Amino acid sequence: MSTVTPNLLTPNVVPNDLVAAPAPRAAATGEPLAPQAADHADLHEAWPAARRARGHRVPRWLRRLTGPVLLLVGWQLLSSTGVVNERTLAAPSQVLQAGWELAQTGELQTHLAASLQRAFLGLAIGVTVGVVLAVIAGLFRWGEDIVDSSVQVLRSVPVLGLLPLVIIWFGIGEQPKVALVAIGTMFPIYINTYAGIRGVDAKLIETAKTFGVGRWRLVRDVVVPGAVPQFLVGLRFAMTAAWLIMIVAEQINAKSGLGFLMNEARTWFRTDIIVLALVIYGILGLATDSFVRLLERRLLSWRRVFEGT
Amino acid sequence: MSAVIARGVGRSFDGREIFSDIDLDIDRNEFVALLGRSGTGKSTLLRALGGLDSEYDGSVLVPDARSVVFQEPRLLPWRRVRANVQLGLPRNARTQQRADEALAEVGLSGHADAWPVTLSGGEAQRVALARALVREPELLLLDEPFGALDALTRLKMHGLLRQLCRRHQPAVLLVTHDVDEAIVLADRVLVLDGGRFRCDRRIELDHPRDRTDPAFAALRGDLLEALGVDAVAI
Repeated sequence: MSTVTPNLLTPNVVPNDLVAAPAPRAAATGEPLAPQAADHADLHEAWPAARRARGHRVPRWLRRLTGPVLLLVGWQLLSSTGVVNERTLAAPSQVLQAGWELAQTGELQTHLAASLQRAFLGLAIGVTVGVVLAVIAGLFRWGEDIVDSSVQVLRSVPVLGLLPLVIIWFGIGEQPKVALVAIGTMFPIYINTYAGIRGVDAKLIETAKTFGVGRWRLVRDVVVPGAVPQFLVGLRFAMTAAWLIMIVAEQINAKSGLGFLMNEARTWFRTDIIVLALVIYGILGLATDSFVRLLERRLLSWRRVFEGT
Repeated sequence: MSAVIARGVGRSFDGREIFSDIDLDIDRNEFVALLGRSGTGKSTLLRALGGLDSEYDGSVLVPDARSVVFQEPRLLPWRRVRANVQLGLPRNARTQQRADEALAEVGLSGHADAWPVTLSGGEAQRVALARALVREPELLLLDEPFGALDALTRLKMHGLLRQLCRRHQPAVLLVTHDVDEAIVLADRVLVLDGGRFRCDRRIELDHPRDRTDPAFAALRGDLLEALGVDAVAI
């Protein structure tokens, strides 16, 4: 969690408050304490004032931005001074320019759209199949017996190793890429959702049954919400896997997409375009991760989580 | 008029017999406390009465309208307090109003929209009590409901429970290992030991019951003896 959102937590659990709490009390009892203070020179303020105010003047998002910005500035400096050859690695300014040029011709948009479409289609199929299998295996013992063992066996096959087989099955069009992403994302979704369903506290299920909750509502009100946190962990893994598989699949037998763009650039030693594509992959990864965080914040607002200090 | 009629009830786990051939009657509006050392099968008997366990021998007749409060609050963490009280009821304006009334009865009106994680142990257990009472049970089963609470909170909960039972008049079976709690609350105290009821005592003291009353102390001594604890040694 990057920011402390008030609606997530009741005020008395915001770490900020914990830290600030001693201040007014110390101020209120300041007078009666004063004469004794001399007698207790060996005692210290529980939370020194300097530490209490710590870190809250600069907004969190700005502090988080500092690191990446420093990294970029350093990279630009190394390139401008000639320490790093542009054939080895293009400077950030060159990468930006390549991006601008490709955007002008519309190439960038075409390739980006192609990649996005493959990734999301594959992800949608993978998530759907993964969730359905997890629900079957999670809710029914016969489902577990049939589904779980099969999935566990198939899971040990490296997804990218399926590439030649997928090409034979689906040819070299869009299907093999979508299929690979779907297969690669299905497993993390299945494994996490299944674990989530099986991890729901048996006592809560027993309680719900005691209060007359029927089978369907038991699934809807107890099992599904209980499995959501673990499902979201799976979704995060799945999204990372989707981009990883895309980048490999698109470099083989593709006529469009970011991977194709990179492969073409390699032929012409255009490190600026290669870096551009990598940056875009990074941004896409970041964007999808933020999306899952947003989902977590909306769906898991009932949790009180450790947010760091 | 009986709320519970149990005849010849027995239960064993993997051939190990916990109790056998137990008879138990609880009248309507009667408050029965079931005492026993840990492992004597108090909770096992309660689970049989609550329909939480089907593997018992003998016959158990109980009303359909029954509720359980467990040692832990067992609230669904992803549903707000009001929705937890409504658990198992159709979600409409009428049950919502009943849930709000039940929360008011346990003194938690202001917490209806709170998440369970924000409640203290005592508050969460009061929500569990509201959840049990909102369906107007004819039989209320309490499985060491105050066992995890601190001493002060427990005293307050005793008062609240008495008050709620007076108003709703369910038959109550309270499983506890706290002798004082049993004497303060119950109309009748049973001691389960060695697979049978070692003691069945009606308590005639007036409410509110005074722990310093000599009659209270005498009862405590008797019950501790039935539990196999030497009263002088404490």
